Amino acid sequence: MSDTNRAAEIAAGPEILSVHHASKHFGPVTALEDVSITLHEGEVLALMGDNGAGKSTLIKALSGVHPIDTGHIEIDGQTARVDSPASARAMGIETVYQDLALFDNLSPADNFFAGRELSRLEWLPRPLRPMRRGDMRKETTRLLDDLKVTLPEGHSTVGLMSGGQRQAVAVARAAAFATKVVILDEPTAALGLRESRKVLDLIQRLKERGIGIILISHSMDHVLEVADTAIVLRRGRRVGQVIPSAETQEELVSLIVGGGATTNL
Amino acid sequence: MNAPHTTDTVQPSAADPNESVPPADEITKKARLVGVALRALRAGPVLILLLLITGFASQSDIFLTTENAGNILAQTVVIAILALGQLLVILTRGIDLSVGAVLALSTVAGALVFDKIESAWVVMLVMVGTGAAVGVLNGLVFVKLKLPHPFITTLAMMSVARGVALVLSDGRPRQGMPEGVRTIGGDSIGWFPLSAFVVIGAALLTGLALYRLTWGRWVYAVGGNPEAARRTGIPVDRVLIAVFAISGLSAGVAGVLTAGRTDAGSPTFGNLAELDAISAVIIGGVSFLGGRGKVSNALVGALMVGVLRNGLNLLNVDAFIQMIAIGLILVLAVWLDTVRERLEGRFRTLQATAQGATK
Repeated sequence: MSDTNRAAEIAAGPEILSVHHASKHFGPVTALEDVSITLHEGEVLALMGDNGAGKSTLIKALSGVHPIDTGHIEIDGQTARVDSPASARAMGIETVYQDLALFDNLSPADNFFAGRELSRLEWLPRPLRPMRRGDMRKETTRLLDDLKVTLPEGHSTVGLMSGGQRQAVAVARAAAFATKVVILDEPTAALGLRESRKVLDLIQRLKERGIGIILISHSMDHVLEVADTAIVLRRGRRVGQVIPSAETQEELVSLIVGGGATTNL
Repeated sequence: MNAPHTTDTVQPSAADPNESVPPADEITKKARLVGVALRALRAGPVLILLLLITGFASQSDIFLTTENAGNILAQTVVIAILALGQLLVILTRGIDLSVGAVLALSTVAGALVFDKIESAWVVMLVMVGTGAAVGVLNGLVFVKLKLPHPFITTLAMMSVARGVALVLSDGRPRQGMPEGVRTIGGDSIGWFPLSAFVVIGAALLTGLALYRLTWGRWVYAVGGNPEAARRTGIPVDRVLIAVFAISGLSAGVAGVLTAGRTDAGSPTFGNLAELDAISAVIIGGVSFLGGRGKVSNALVGALMVGVLRNGLNLLNVDAFIQMIAIGLILVLAVWLDTVRERLEGRFRTLQATAQGATK
């Protein structure tokens, strides 16, 4: 039961992010109700649940897009106000959205540094500062090398890359700037086997660096492979936490589907 | 949108390209072909411009003379300046239909001020400032009303600015511009018009801002993916306001050149100039979908419009036919842009399959 051992080991490690009693309503609709989660250093936490279970709402809260109504978020044990995408990023939380949020018309380096361009003449207002384009290119190459992501030579813009390469750029961008947490929303949904493999390897490398990862995925195989723990949401509530393994797969599925102890699949 | 229960299942990858694909080298060959086609498309506007020039040169003895080159430049400067401003707006997925009317308004404002103050500097400042102020207004209205596209706001401004110009001038041209303005707009060194230096200066400044400054990167980012730009913390609204401000400012500069050449301010100046500028930008190869295009595209496009008009004039082609010709070329340019989009998609899949097949 190495899965369980590893999970126990990680759970004993330092907490980097925790959400306490989070609730979120959109008008009369309850999107999240009293949800708490804890993420440790180097832990991959899978958020599972059917569509509309509240996974997206929870990660949008953590990435500052839709702040929660009640409850609070702690980072490194300190209460943190995550009320905008910028504040989430400033606290070391990077999010890879399902649509990747890439700029197809720009190069990987420009994508990496979009909104945080390296520049000189710091006394000027930010938009007027000359960019350090060479530095950004070099830094991007270094960051991609670190993560063992290779992009084919010859095309300058992300728009000309394949789905897997684009995913790699988006994940690498998040990984490069995240100091604490990377949130991945369905990172393998649009990918073939080979490309999914690369993304899973990337997750493994982030984990080794002690980054906490929140993973939304519908792929049970991928969750079983990379996740240390899985939290299941249903209709905005947390219905269970399971250490994913071949033995617990059925339990996980029945939690997601609901209706109690369905063992017969 | 998937039905809820179908998305739960573990999906076997149907898109894995390994099975039953043609040999890798065949795919790479195809990818290379598409790559060549893409590059040809990008060079297209320059090639067409050269084609036009050689064509006209072979049909007319006057076309390639320095005197005629000076003519072409003098006729192109206003379009070129407006096209530089329009380039910025179109890069952010927008459009500025008001520039022709703003040009007129700025010349009228300049003429009225010249009645009171003789200084060329003051008059120029008033013209450029009028343009920039209207541009800021364009941007503010567009951003604050949270409209999906600036088409209507700038269409409205086109009407308002033209109306204000007519009211201020009593509907009549006003003769007289300071000497400095006349020099910039009308004089030349030998055959080379001074106003062309203004275009060169403006082009260098625009290039500097677009390629070197952080702001320029933001312009491309906003055009490439506005939603992502917001999420990465780029101040999208302020970028848009700035872009419209500069487009208005370019209309003011074009006003200075027009007023200088004609020694007058008039509410009828710049009629349909916005369409020339937009045509120039698109013909030059800037994507109407935003995010793609360079200063050189805008300049080449402006030259194409200028060369086409001048050449057809020299060949005694009816002005009405000229309008038809420019319209047809415009359609061709937009069509080529969509062809480029499709080729890029094809290039992408070919690359992906080639990769899958080689490993």
